[in-house]
Amino acid sequence: MMSLVENHAAILVVLLPLVAAPLAMLFGNRSVAFLLSLAASIGSFLLSIYLLMLVKDGAVLSYHIGGWAPPLGIEYRIDAANALVLLIVAAISLAVLPYARTSIEKEIAEKNHTLFYACFMLCFTGLMGVTITGDAFNVFVFLEISSLSTYVLVALGAEKDRRALSAAYDYLVLGTIGATFFVIGLGLIYMATGTLNMVDLSERLASMEGNRTVRSAFAFIVIGMGLKLAIYPLHRWLPGAYTYAPSAVSAFLAATATKVAIYVVIRFMFSVFSIKFGFEQDTLKYIFFPFAVIAMFAASFIAVFQINVKRMLAYSSVAQIGYMLLGIALFSATGLSATLVHLFNHAVTKGALFLAAGAIIYQIGSPLMANMSGLGKKMPWTCAAIVVGGLSLIGVPGTVGFVSKWILLMAALEAGLWPVSLMIVLSSLIAVVYVWKFVEVLYLEPLPKDSQATEAPISLLVPMWCLILATLWFGFDADFTVHVSDIAAQSLFDGRFAQDAIIMGTEGRP
Amino acid sequence: MTPENLILTALALPLAASIGCLIFAKQPNLRDGLTLLVSIALLGTVIAILQQFQSGQVIEASWWNFNPGIAIAFKIEPLGLIFALVASSLWIATHVYGVGYMRGNNEKKHARFFACFAFAIFATMGIAFSANLLTLFLFYELLTISTYPLVAHKETPEAKAGGRTYLGILMSTSIVFLLTAIVWTYVITGTMDFTPGGILTDKTEAGFLAILLALFAFGIGKAALMPFHRWLPAAMVAPTPVSALLHAVAVVKAGVFSMLKIGVYIFGIDNLANTGASQWLMWLAAFSILAASLIAMQQDNLKRRLAYSTVSQLSYITLGVALASSMGAIGGGLHIVTHAFGKITLFMCAGAIYVATHKTEISQMRGLGRAMPFTFIAFGVGALSIIGLPPLGGSWSKWLLMVGAADAGQQVMIGVLMLSSALNVAYLLPIFARGFFDGSIKSDADSKSFRENLKEAPILCVLPPCITAAGCLVLFFYAGKIEEFLAPIVLGGS
Repeated sequence: MMSLVENHAAILVVLLPLVAAPLAMLFGNRSVAFLLSLAASIGSFLLSIYLLMLVKDGAVLSYHIGGWAPPLGIEYRIDAANALVLLIVAAISLAVLPYARTSIEKEIAEKNHTLFYACFMLCFTGLMGVTITGDAFNVFVFLEISSLSTYVLVALGAEKDRRALSAAYDYLVLGTIGATFFVIGLGLIYMATGTLNMVDLSERLASMEGNRTVRSAFAFIVIGMGLKLAIYPLHRWLPGAYTYAPSAVSAFLAATATKVAIYVVIRFMFSVFSIKFGFEQDTLKYIFFPFAVIAMFAASFIAVFQINVKRMLAYSSVAQIGYMLLGIALFSATGLSATLVHLFNHAVTKGALFLAAGAIIYQIGSPLMANMSGLGKKMPWTCAAIVVGGLSLIGVPGTVGFVSKWILLMAALEAGLWPVSLMIVLSSLIAVVYVWKFVEVLYLEPLPKDSQATEAPISLLVPMWCLILATLWFGFDADFTVHVSDIAAQSLFDGRFAQDAIIMGTEGRP
Repeated sequence: MTPENLILTALALPLAASIGCLIFAKQPNLRDGLTLLVSIALLGTVIAILQQFQSGQVIEASWWNFNPGIAIAFKIEPLGLIFALVASSLWIATHVYGVGYMRGNNEKKHARFFACFAFAIFATMGIAFSANLLTLFLFYELLTISTYPLVAHKETPEAKAGGRTYLGILMSTSIVFLLTAIVWTYVITGTMDFTPGGILTDKTEAGFLAILLALFAFGIGKAALMPFHRWLPAAMVAPTPVSALLHAVAVVKAGVFSMLKIGVYIFGIDNLANTGASQWLMWLAAFSILAASLIAMQQDNLKRRLAYSTVSQLSYITLGVALASSMGAIGGGLHIVTHAFGKITLFMCAGAIYVATHKTEISQMRGLGRAMPFTFIAFGVGALSIIGLPPLGGSWSKWLLMVGAADAGQQVMIGVLMLSSALNVAYLLPIFARGFFDGSIKSDADSKSFRENLKEAPILCVLPPCITAAGCLVLFFYAGKIEEFLAPIVLGGS
């Protein structure tokens, strides 16, 4: 049994939630649905830890689905980079699910609860699948699974606020455009090379730099994914979706969906196309770089003026995505490492913050900052979580945000780009403003006389604080996360993804 | 105890006190009593570290690997030990004073206040013992954050505005300048450890060294070098115990201490002297000394006047670094101690006056000396020490700084220091003198006996400043020992 699990860990991380989704729907009982989803999450979480441990020192794993050897069969291919992302997605799902069980009681009609769990599991499946697969078309398939379920999840917020419907619709339109662009890009490279396996693609593309089909394929893929990951001018769907989705969904999406999209961009840029392609470097220099910097400033600036807490956090996410893009655009192993470690660090921080904001909304029924004055006294644990998470957004030492900023600064200075380092530090000052605005409201504004607010139930506090403790723990002891992202960045740069891999799961097969 | 455990204890004690204050929020006597015990235990621990250190042991500890190759690490060296000793001994006095002040003044939210206070001491200990720039930065930021609730304690609009200025300036300077400087140092040298003699020697050219020094000097906003000094007067909205310990000792001293430590162990005094990279800093510090004194003269609010006096005195220490001579650095180190005792006395007296009479403006304090003789005498002693007159501790540090200036061949700076002393006399002594010699209420007071006149603040508010004033006196006789103790910090390089 153990060896079966070990051999097939790569497929099980995706399969468990995929099976849990229809079962949750079929049983039709919300407790059963919850337990099934929880079990699938726990399983995926443990397996992704196991996978990460296998690859954390630079190994590459390959799993052939159904025993069909690539490039004909579909391959799952795991290195440190996507193992890290798998762990992020699984960990956040595990943290959010128990929270969702309580929080959706006030947000979603009870008859839709099983639907919620089913969609949640599908979304989870999709994100895991996008991350783990080594087949370019498979990325698209899983991407659509996660996107379609996300549209439903966002729309489920309509119970509380009808604007969720238009937010979901916006997301649907823009997300579909993104996915279409992506699949057009895939079609083009398929035309040019005749293959869809990533390793195979990278070998064939290596000699096709001048090919215009390949170039336009690259453009379609980057812009398609750019919509999904909310690169600054393509971010319009994000604030609405995060604001009006149920709290648990906001937390899950903010912590995972954009991270996975960034991972896909990195994978395509560094592993599928080769980084030596001249047009890729131009993309970095003239597209990623300026938009990343604009995002860091503009989105943070917009966040300062938000009165809705969830919308503020959403804009802050757009700004943080700017940091991640900047790391890629610096075009060095350190820069890439900064991006990868920030994927993890920001997921933990933003997940915790959305959960905390959700807990306040759950207690007082309003997402507006004006209604939250003086809550520090009534909800000490939740508000303390917001302070710690906020400090991490600013990048105060002792939190994960600092680790990311540290490495990003180092990457900028190593490249000799001191104006960039200045922009990094200056933009984090804007984060001080919007975080502190919120903290002042929570702690220094007087509590309304008729306030009935009490501390959030324990089922909301525990997941939130698990993530907060992770924020602190990995802020002090970043050895592990930095090690993994260093290895991952280095092997992306060296093109190790396409080199010899250990083949898993051959045992017992003909 | 093993050396590692000693450091752990010195950090854990105030942290535990901070948590204890929150747990026992509803039992004031238990809470304040426990904190007092902890503060005494902390002093004991620091003294134990001192003894082990003097027996020649290397005391260091490191816990987490922040990054591969960089750890959160602590190491005892003379400068940090002196700073820790000052902070922990004055914590006891301030805690007693704080209990008296907060209760006597009916302030609210005692638990939060004392918890943040203890946490600030924890951060101070971390700064004092830090073995590398990263650890220093970590605790530096913790100190900023933990003192913010203390500044905004009253929750009035003025307190909030003061808190914003405080956090805004300290955070932005540290994030924009200090962090950049630290990462840059790391990128250049590949290390961040405080090493006797410095780590930057021969790594870069002089011009760049001056820029890096500027990033550090302005990045350490807590050193209140002009033009980033505005947070210090703004922080005076805090209750007086906070102004006393934090804005005369822990926070600002953490700033100049970091400045000194970075000058000595990162740049290296000899390196600074050879490259002349710190010349501009010397002039800026001199400007800061004189300008802040002049501003102080115009303040009628007692605490604001003291705050500007602090700005001026802090620049003495920055000047000590910038002179780039051994005597200057040692004088700076000694000034951390002597100014701490002098200024805390002044602040505690200001608080005692406020508790007893609710007076904050100097012009209202005419003749108060007769009603509050103990407070005013303590104030006078503290003022004389700040001015630098024997037989008080302040005279030695000023003397050493002057010797340092002479060593460095900067005669102008001797003049600056003397002029500054004259300005100190001009803005500190009148407060003391008017307290006793003022015609307006003389006739009324003469008719009563001494006891009838007496209107002192509660004993818990009066005793601590008297003790620290006595400390100023004692320091005069022990300054030589401290100087001897500090001497090794500059030997490494030469």
